[in-house]
Amino acid sequence: MSNLLSITTFLPAIAALILAIFLRGEDEAGQRNAKWVALIATVLTFIVSLFILVGFDPSDTGFQFVEEREWLMGLKYKMGVDGISVLFVLLTTFMMPLTIAASWNVTSRVKEYMIAFLLLETLMLGVFMALDLVLFYLFFEAGLIPMFLIIGIWGGKNRIYASFKFFLYTFLGSVLMLVAMVAMVADAGTTDIPALLTHEFGSETFSVLGIQIVGGMQTLLWLAFFASFAVKMPMWPVHTWLPDAHVQAPTAGSVVLAAILLKMGGYGFLRFSLPMFPIGSDLLAPLVFWMSAIAIVYTSLVAMVQEDMKKLIAYSSVAHMGYVTMGIFTANQQGIDGAIFQMLSHGFISGALFLCVGVIYDRMHTRDIDAYGGLVNKMPAYALIFMLFTMANVGLPGTSGFIGEFLTLMGIFQVNTWVALVATSGVILSAAYALWLYRRVVMGDLIKESLRSITDMTAREKWIFAPLVAMTLLLGVYPSLVTDVIGPSVEALIEDHNTALAAADRLDDSRVATAASH
Amino acid sequence: MVSIILFAPLIGAIIAGFGWRLITIRGAQWVTTGLLFLACLLSWIVFFSHGPETQHVEILRWIESGTLSTSWGIRLDRLTSIMLIVVTTVSALVHLYSFGYMAHDENFREGEESYRARFFAYLSFFTFAMLALVTSDNLVQMFFGWEGVGVASYLLIGFYYRKPSANAAAMKAFIVNRVGDFGFALGIFGLFYLTDSIQLDDVFAAAPTLAETQITFLWTDWNAANLLAFLLFVGAMGKSAQLLLHTWLPDAMEGPTPVSALIHAATMVTAGVFLVCRMSPLMEYAPQAMAFVTFLGATTAFFAATVGLVQNDIKRVIAYSTCSQLGYMFVAAGVGVYSVAMFHLFTHAFFKAMLFLGAGSVIHGMHHEQDMRNYGGLRKKLPYTFWAMMIGTLAITGVGIPLTHIGFAGFLSKDAVIESAWAGSAGGYAFWMLVIAALFTSFYSWRLMFLTFYGEPRGDRHTHDHAHESPTVMLVPLGVLALGAIFAGMIWYGSFFGSHDRVNAFFGIPAHHAEDDAAHGEAGGDDHGEGPVAAIVEATEGDGEGAVEAVTEDTVTEGDHGTTTGAEAHGGEDGHAAADTHAAGMAPEGAIYMHPDNHVMDEAHHAPVWVKVSPFVAMLIGLLTALWFYVWNPAMPARVAEANRPLYLFLLNKWYFDEIYHVVFVRPAMWIGKQLWKRGDEGTIDGGINGLAMGIIPFFTRLAGRAQNGYIFTYAFAMVIGIAILVTWMTIGGGAE
Repeated sequence: MSNLLSITTFLPAIAALILAIFLRGEDEAGQRNAKWVALIATVLTFIVSLFILVGFDPSDTGFQFVEEREWLMGLKYKMGVDGISVLFVLLTTFMMPLTIAASWNVTSRVKEYMIAFLLLETLMLGVFMALDLVLFYLFFEAGLIPMFLIIGIWGGKNRIYASFKFFLYTFLGSVLMLVAMVAMVADAGTTDIPALLTHEFGSETFSVLGIQIVGGMQTLLWLAFFASFAVKMPMWPVHTWLPDAHVQAPTAGSVVLAAILLKMGGYGFLRFSLPMFPIGSDLLAPLVFWMSAIAIVYTSLVAMVQEDMKKLIAYSSVAHMGYVTMGIFTANQQGIDGAIFQMLSHGFISGALFLCVGVIYDRMHTRDIDAYGGLVNKMPAYALIFMLFTMANVGLPGTSGFIGEFLTLMGIFQVNTWVALVATSGVILSAAYALWLYRRVVMGDLIKESLRSITDMTAREKWIFAPLVAMTLLLGVYPSLVTDVIGPSVEALIEDHNTALAAADRLDDSRVATAASH
Repeated sequence: MVSIILFAPLIGAIIAGFGWRLITIRGAQWVTTGLLFLACLLSWIVFFSHGPETQHVEILRWIESGTLSTSWGIRLDRLTSIMLIVVTTVSALVHLYSFGYMAHDENFREGEESYRARFFAYLSFFTFAMLALVTSDNLVQMFFGWEGVGVASYLLIGFYYRKPSANAAAMKAFIVNRVGDFGFALGIFGLFYLTDSIQLDDVFAAAPTLAETQITFLWTDWNAANLLAFLLFVGAMGKSAQLLLHTWLPDAMEGPTPVSALIHAATMVTAGVFLVCRMSPLMEYAPQAMAFVTFLGATTAFFAATVGLVQNDIKRVIAYSTCSQLGYMFVAAGVGVYSVAMFHLFTHAFFKAMLFLGAGSVIHGMHHEQDMRNYGGLRKKLPYTFWAMMIGTLAITGVGIPLTHIGFAGFLSKDAVIESAWAGSAGGYAFWMLVIAALFTSFYSWRLMFLTFYGEPRGDRHTHDHAHESPTVMLVPLGVLALGAIFAGMIWYGSFFGSHDRVNAFFGIPAHHAEDDAAHGEAGGDDHGEGPVAAIVEATEGDGEGAVEAVTEDTVTEGDHGTTTGAEAHGGEDGHAAADTHAAGMAPEGAIYMHPDNHVMDEAHHAPVWVKVSPFVAMLIGLLTALWFYVWNPAMPARVAEANRPLYLFLLNKWYFDEIYHVVFVRPAMWIGKQLWKRGDEGTIDGGINGLAMGIIPFFTRLAGRAQNGYIFTYAFAMVIGIAILVTWMTIGGGAE
C-alpha cells in the first residue's frame, strides 16, 4: 500500500472519468446510474481513507505514507500526511458520500453534477496531502473551478453574480500567494514542503520605498499567504463572498463549501504561515486576533438580522471560523488543538445545518425565515435534529461544537485577555441568533396555509443525518479521538515555533516557561 | 453506586424519548419515574452511609490538550451527597406528580401527540444534567452540567411550543443564562491560565497562592483570587437569577408547573449557590468578591421581595419568592458561612418545591386559571392542597418558637442566614435588607394564602363550581415534601449550623492532627480560662492558633452542646492544621473550607437576642399586615395602591428591568446588526471590492452569458481530460516504479 494516498485522492477522479466517458443519456436510468456511481465511488474512497487512519501513527510527528515521484518539467509529485492534515482527509472523505446522497433529487445535468463533485473531492484531498509547493498550488486553485461550476450551473437565481464573486475573491487572494511562492522557491531553492518547513526565511528588517518592514521577508511572505487564506477562511472583512455563494449554491454545494472548502484556509495557516514564517506570525498575530474577534461579534450581529436561512448560517460560519484563526495564532497547545477541532466539528455541524435548510427548501422552495413557523407540528423528527445541531452550533458542552470553542478561547486567554473577552461574548450572540432562527422556523403554532401539507423527513434524509449526529455527539463526549491524533504533531509544531522565536529573541517569559515544560 | 445515580435518569430519558413507541407512553412514564426513585433511594443510602471523606471516580477521558486534562468523573463528598438527595428526591416526586398534572393538557391534541413521553424524557434529562453538575470533579464538567440544565430548562419552558410567550420565555432564559456562562467561562480560562489545571483539587490547592498573585486582565492588574471568584460568581448570578440577570426567572413560569417546582425552585436555580460553596477554598481568599456576593445577594433578596408584594399571578409570586430566597443563600455564602447557605438551599428545596406543586394543584383544580384575583375561598374545595400550602407558607415565612430550635424548616435555616448576615456584615446592609425582605416574604406569602383559600370565590363562577381536589398521585408528593418542610430544619440544624465541631465533622473538615497536640491544648485551655469575651478579643487580634476554636466551644449559648477541654484542643488544631495543609499547596480536606480567620459562624451563634428574634418579629408584622389587608379589610389594598400609584406601578412592572434591557440591549443589537449588514457588508466592503473589480467584470459577464449556453462545459470537459491524463500518467508511472 505504498501509494495509499494517491489511491484515495484519485479514486473519485477515476469515477468521474468513467462517468464522463461511458455514461450516456439524460433519461431516468442514466441519472440513476450517475448517482449510484458517484455514491459508490465516494463511499469506497471513504473506506480506503480509513486505512490511512488505521495505519497512521500519531506519535510520529513527521509525514507518513509519503510518496515521491518525478513529475513533468522537473517538478515533483509528493504526497504525505501528518497529524495536522490526516483528519482533514478523513473529514473530506466522510462528508462526500453524504453530499452525494443529499443530491439525490437533482434532475438537471445529473452526470455533469456528479462529475463536478467527484473532481472536487479529488482536488480537495490533494490540497490536504500535497507536500510540494507547486502541487499544493495546483490543487488549491483548481478546486475553485468545480465549485465555481456547481454554483454557476446548479445554483439559484443570482448564481452568476455569486459564482463570479466567489471566483474573483478567492482567485485574487491566490495571485499574491503565487508571487510569494515564487519568492520562496527563489530563496530556498526547493519546492519541497518538508524542506521548506525547516528552511529559515530572512527576518531582518529592511525598507521598501522608505517604509521599514519589521520582520523583513517573513512579514511580506506571511502577508501574501494571509491574503489568500484569509479570503478562503473567510475572515472579516473579506468574508462577503461567502453568504452570497452559500445562498446561491445548491444544498450539496453549500455543504461542501462550509464543511471542507473553508477548512483549506485554516489548514494553510497551519501548514505554511505559522511554521514557515514564525517571526511574521508572531509580529502579526495581534492583527489576526483582532480581525477574528471582530469577525465573531460583527458577523454574529449580522446573522441576527438575516431574513434568509442560508445567509444566517453562512454568517454564523464566518463567526465560527473566527475562533479558528484566533486559535491558530495563539501558538499554544490549547489554541491550535482547539482550532483544528473547531474546523472538524464545524464541518459536521455547519454541513448538517445546511442540510437542514435543504430539507425544507426541497419541500417549500424558499429559504425565507418568514415563510416558515411551527414546523414542529408536522415535522417532529426534523425539529429534533435541527435542535441538536442548533445547540451544537451554539457550542453546547456534550457536542463537538463546545470543545473547539472552549479550547480556542482558553488558548487566547493566555495571550490576550481583551480579545478573549470580546470573542467569548460570541457565546451569547450565537445563542441569540441560533435560537431565534429556531424559534421562528420550528416553534409556534402551524398557521401558514402553505405549510399544512408539509411532510416530515424521509428515511433517506434521516440516514444522511445519522452519521453527522453520531460524530457530533461522539466528538463532544470523547474528543480524545481527535486530540490523540493531532496532539503530538501540534506539540512539535509549537516547539519548532518557539525555538524559532527564541532564536530570534522574540520569546516572552510565558512562552519560555511553556517551551521549557515540553 | 453514584454512577448508577448519575446515569439512571439519562437512561430513563433516552428510553422515554426515543423508545416510547415500543413501550407506550404509560410505560415511558413508569420507566423514567421508576429509575428516578431508584436514584433517589440510592442517594439517601449514599447520604447516610458515605462518610464525610472525598471520593473520586473516573469514568472516561474527556478534553485533553497539552497540560489541560479533564475527564468525566465523579467527586463524592458531603456537598455532593447533599445535592444528590435534594435533586433526586424532588425530581422523583415531581415525576410522580406529573402523572396527574400532565394527564390532560389542552395545549395538545389528545391522542395525537406524545407530549407526555416527551415531558418525562425532558424531566429525566434535566435530572441527569443537574447530577452531572453536582457530581463533577472539575470545572469543565461542571460547565457541561451547567449548560445542560440550561438546555433542559429551555426545552421545558418552551414545552408549550404553540404559545409564543412560552417560546419567548425559553429563549430569554437561555440567552440570559449565557451571559452568566460568559463570566463562568472566563473564570475557568483564568483559573487554567494561572494554575494550569481545572481539577477542583488543584485549584483549591492553589487558592492561597492566587490570593497573592496579580493577573493582568483587560486594562489593569487585579488580585487573581478576587477576579476569578468574581467571574465565577457572574456565572452563578445567571443561573441563580440574581439581580441584573434575574429577568428570565419570572418568565420561566411559562413552563408547566412541575417544571417550575423542580427546575426553577428546588434545583437548577440553586446551582449558583452550590458553585459558590463548592469553590469555597477559593472564595475564602477573595474577600472583595465575597463582599460583592453578599451585597448582591442582599439586594436581590430585597428587590425580589418588593416585586413579589404586588404580583397577581400565583406562580410569579412564588418565582419572585424563589429569587429572593436565593439572595438569602448568597448572603450566607458571601459572609463565609457556606454550611448555612447549603442549609437554606436544602430546606428551601423542600418547601419551595411544595409551594409550587401546591400552586400547581390549585391551577389544576381551577382549570389552568393562574390569576389569584380569580381565586378565593378554595379552602373547602381543595382541603389537602390547602394544608400543604399552609405548611409551605409556615415554613417559608419562618414560623417557630424564637430562641429555640423548634420550628418549621425555613425558621431554622432563614434565622441562621440572618444571624450569619448580622455577624458577617457587622449588623450592616446585608442584615437589614434580609430582615426587611423577611417581612415582605411573610406579607406576600400570606397574601397568596388569603387570596387563594380565604374570602369569597371571585372570578368565573363556572370554574369555581367545578374546582376539584387533585388526584392522589399529585397529593402524595405534597405530603412527602410537607414532611421535609416541617422536619428538615430541626433534624439537620446541628449538622449545618451547630457547633463548629459538628459542622466540621459533617462536612469532613479535618478535626484532628496527631502532631503538635500539647501546645495547642494548652493554648485552648488558657483561653478557656479567660472566658469568651477575652478569647474573642484575642482571636480578632490575630492570635488564631487555638483561641478561635476555643471560643466556639466555650460560648455556644444554645446549651445543647457540651464542651470538654479535649474537644477544644482538637478544635484548636483543626483550624491550624487546615491552614497548614492549605498553605503547603495541598487541597484542603472537606467539602467546604473556612479560613482559620473566618469566625462568622461562631459570632453568629452569639448574636444578641434582638438579632435572633428580629426575623420572627418581621414575620409577625408581615402576617398581621396581610391579615389586615386581605382578611379584615379587603378594600384596603386597592386604596393603598391608588394612593401610591407610581410606586405600585414601579413594583408591578418589576422595576422596569425588562423594558430597560429591551431599550439598552435588544434594540441596539438589532440596529447595529442591520447597520453592519446593510452599510458594512453590502455598502462598504462589497462596494469597495466590487468597485475595484468593476473593470474586469464586464468581461466576465460576457463570458457568463455564454456559460448558460453550455460553453463552459467545454471548459469543464477540458479540465476533466487534463485530470484524466494526469491520473493515467500517475497510475502508469506508479505501477512502473
